[in-house]
Amino acid sequence: MIRLTRRYRFSASHRLHSDYFSEAENEQLYGKCNHPFGHGHDYVLEVSVAGPVNVHNGTAVLLPALDELVDKCVLSKFEHRDLNSEVPEFSQRVPTSENLVRVIEERLKANWASRFPLQWPRLEKIRLQETRRNLFEQTT
Amino acid sequence: MLITRRGEFSASHVCALPQWSEEQNRAVYGAAANPRGHGHNYSVEVTLEGEPDPRTGMIFDLKKLKDILNRQVIDPLDHRHLNQEVTPFDRIVPTVENVAIEIWKRLAPHFPPGGPAKLHNVRLYETEDLYVDYAGGDLA
Repeated sequence: MIRLTRRYRFSASHRLHSDYFSEAENEQLYGKCNHPFGHGHDYVLEVSVAGPVNVHNGTAVLLPALDELVDKCVLSKFEHRDLNSEVPEFSQRVPTSENLVRVIEERLKANWASRFPLQWPRLEKIRLQETRRNLFEQTT
Repeated sequence: MLITRRGEFSASHVCALPQWSEEQNRAVYGAAANPRGHGHNYSVEVTLEGEPDPRTGMIFDLKKLKDILNRQVIDPLDHRHLNQEVTPFDRIVPTVENVAIEIWKRLAPHFPPGGPAKLHNVRLYETEDLYVDYAGGDLA
């Protein structure tokens, strides 16, 4: 068993604001992230997969297929977009990086079997860097 | 406790199976199948696990670890064409998975059971955006 990690990048804007709270509470809770016109980040996304290495071709995952899947489900939909208004999941959820990790996980899982129909490789981990100081990680 | 030593080497390779068509190779390996080859600045992280010796305060002499890594991995691979000059890559495809496994195989005999430290993990970066972790054990 081997674990392979691929790093991707996308830039997007967002605004943290929850309908559960008043304007003042939102401002207090999210601080600068609540500024009304939003702001952006250069996100770094790490996708880890695990699986056995095919003895014939020496790979644990078809990298072109993984790249295509991540591009189709995530990068092409998020790149240079406003997450709040252009990614449907965030019409109901606050686009914190925690929720962004969840959405990425949901999107990859929903489409995983179409690219990788066999038992392996398995999606193992998603790690998202919002800025160089903020990292979010989910074992899937 | 874990300790990690990092080493670097630069090498060229081609990822392709000679019995496959160009299209088949491209589907599995992407641009890495280009027939004349290309190169990377590889970075390898060797992680040992153990308890600090009460007398030396060390898990394993880092200088010794550096010597083992240099002798077994860096010197034989640095500035080489992996397919042409480094066994077993005359027979198996030098994917990042296979190179990591080969590094593990070269290091493992130097950390036998009952020794002060156990080989815990080999992480090999082929580029900043692609790496694998191999912790030994079954590959199938």
